[in-house]
Amino acid sequence: MASAGVSVDNVSMHLVDYANAAAVKQIPTRNGFGEGLVEAGTLDPSVMAICADLSESTRMEAFKNMFPDRYVEIGVAEQMLVAMAAGLASTGKIPFIASYAMFSPGRSWEQVRTTMALNETNVKIAGAHAGVSVGPDGATHQAIEDIAIMRVIPHMIVVVPCDSVQTKKATLAVAAHWGPTYLRFGRAESALITTPDTPFEIGKAQTFREGTDVAIVACGILVYNALMAAEALQADGISCRVVNNHTIKPMDEAAIVAAARECGAVVTVEEHQVHGGMGSRVAEILAAHHPVPMEFVGVQDRFGQSGAPQELIEEYGMGSTSIAAAVKRVLSRKSG
Amino acid sequence: MESLSPQRVTELKTHANDVRQGIIRSLLSAASGHAAGSMDMADVFTALYFHILRHNPKDPEWSERDRLLLSCGHIAPVRYSAMAYAGYFPVDELLTLRKFGTRLQGHPERTRLPGMETTSGPLGEGLAQGTGMALSAKLDKKDWRVYVVTSDGEHQCGLHWEAMMTAAKFGLDNLMCIVDRNFIQIDGSTEDVMPLEPFADKYRAFNWEVFSCDGNDIAAFIETVDRAKRVKGKPQVIIANTMPGKGVSFMENDYLWHGKPPKKDEADIALRELLAQREQIVGHRG
Repeated sequence: MASAGVSVDNVSMHLVDYANAAAVKQIPTRNGFGEGLVEAGTLDPSVMAICADLSESTRMEAFKNMFPDRYVEIGVAEQMLVAMAAGLASTGKIPFIASYAMFSPGRSWEQVRTTMALNETNVKIAGAHAGVSVGPDGATHQAIEDIAIMRVIPHMIVVVPCDSVQTKKATLAVAAHWGPTYLRFGRAESALITTPDTPFEIGKAQTFREGTDVAIVACGILVYNALMAAEALQADGISCRVVNNHTIKPMDEAAIVAAARECGAVVTVEEHQVHGGMGSRVAEILAAHHPVPMEFVGVQDRFGQSGAPQELIEEYGMGSTSIAAAVKRVLSRKSG
Repeated sequence: MESLSPQRVTELKTHANDVRQGIIRSLLSAASGHAAGSMDMADVFTALYFHILRHNPKDPEWSERDRLLLSCGHIAPVRYSAMAYAGYFPVDELLTLRKFGTRLQGHPERTRLPGMETTSGPLGEGLAQGTGMALSAKLDKKDWRVYVVTSDGEHQCGLHWEAMMTAAKFGLDNLMCIVDRNFIQIDGSTEDVMPLEPFADKYRAFNWEVFSCDGNDIAAFIETVDRAKRVKGKPQVIIANTMPGKGVSFMENDYLWHGKPPKKDEADIALRELLAQREQIVGHRG
């Protein structure tokens, strides 16, 4: 796989030519949510949208305009957001609830656990503005603990798509798939690497790039940075597999174990605290089934701050250079 | 409105007496649980299950049923007992309360017992879920109603007020909140722990239609619900003034009975008192 150019999986996954910066559009993942929600609402009249005073920025606005009867505005009340949705869901509706991830599920954790998960209601949390890439709003609005607090809840499905097109597919997929779900996406413009032909299935990790030396397992908008790191490392003769691990729960254990077994070392990459997030789940799986040296790229037990999205991604060690450095660290332990 | 016949009132009082006995027996068997609120709401739950609700105990998931939500899940024993006597499950099953493998969890779970509309126990969440159900009924042009039973203490939870605002915004006149106004909570009087008064004024300020009655007078409660159901365009609240521990002399008006069950000797006395009350009720049948 050390040859230059497009890998086999880039073709079968129908990715864009991501190494060519000019070919990569920048679109916020939230836009995909907005489009997907309208389509889900068109396909199924029981789909509803409930918003806590953030319809424009969460991209619920299009649904609101198209289906005003199925749109509910409840104001700044995030506990109400989920508990009311649980009531709607118990009568057969499929409510999507939207706010910033910091507030929903950040503020409403116990209501999520009790009225949604334990109560087994088909509510879909859409957590917008996740990660430090929220940017100038600063630490109060940057959810970087949300994956941890959602994945620990029994029955909860947790999905973190990698770009806008995948977020649209994920929105449609969670609408059609019964179960309490947390769908996480972001505010910033981010690289569009998949195409409408790229497959998507909840719980099925995707190999976006083949490789044999190290597996980089990433989720969310950092999948692009992982691909860029792999591209750079290829010049150094290091072959990286890149796995888009978009479903944190239920995680694709077979794909994770295969990546570890075939590459012998793993780097996880997520825009989230390294404690308790996607990488932690990968470590749980590998510790039980196939332990290999690991590195964790993510926020290292800090809070965010104001800044431009890319500045913050770099500051918190989640840029492609940082990922490449993590790959080299893990490689040294692998050979040791 | 047709008023209840004396015979009907006697029947309902007899059912309430059964429900109270069921509570005492199940709490004794469980050796833990909440006595005071369960006992004081026996009349309200009897009125609901034996007179007010549109429901079918043999088909708990009937889509056209009224939805009864118990927000303050800790008084589940009264709901379980009323459900058992109304025919949802055998009365003997009440003795499994809080035991391993039971459908009658210490705090109720919808997925374990058909007929529970929600999972509850964490306070302040019932009205929010009921608001969602009532809105759904409106959207689908269904005529079933939503009743949410709440404790007074849980009105200290912020979420309940979020739900009050929302229900009023959407004019959910198919939604009724019933408050067990017994003035007690774990740490003492509600007015000492965190004052709720002027309680009715707060509901009025949130654009609710407010009713109040003696929550231990079945006929008065039913008559109040009938009046409240005729309100158009606004959700309704019934402040049901109840006596904590109602029906057992040594439990009445003692907040220390909020969170504990009777011991064997206490249960024996309680059941004797309830049987004596039953004789009085039946004797009145004349």
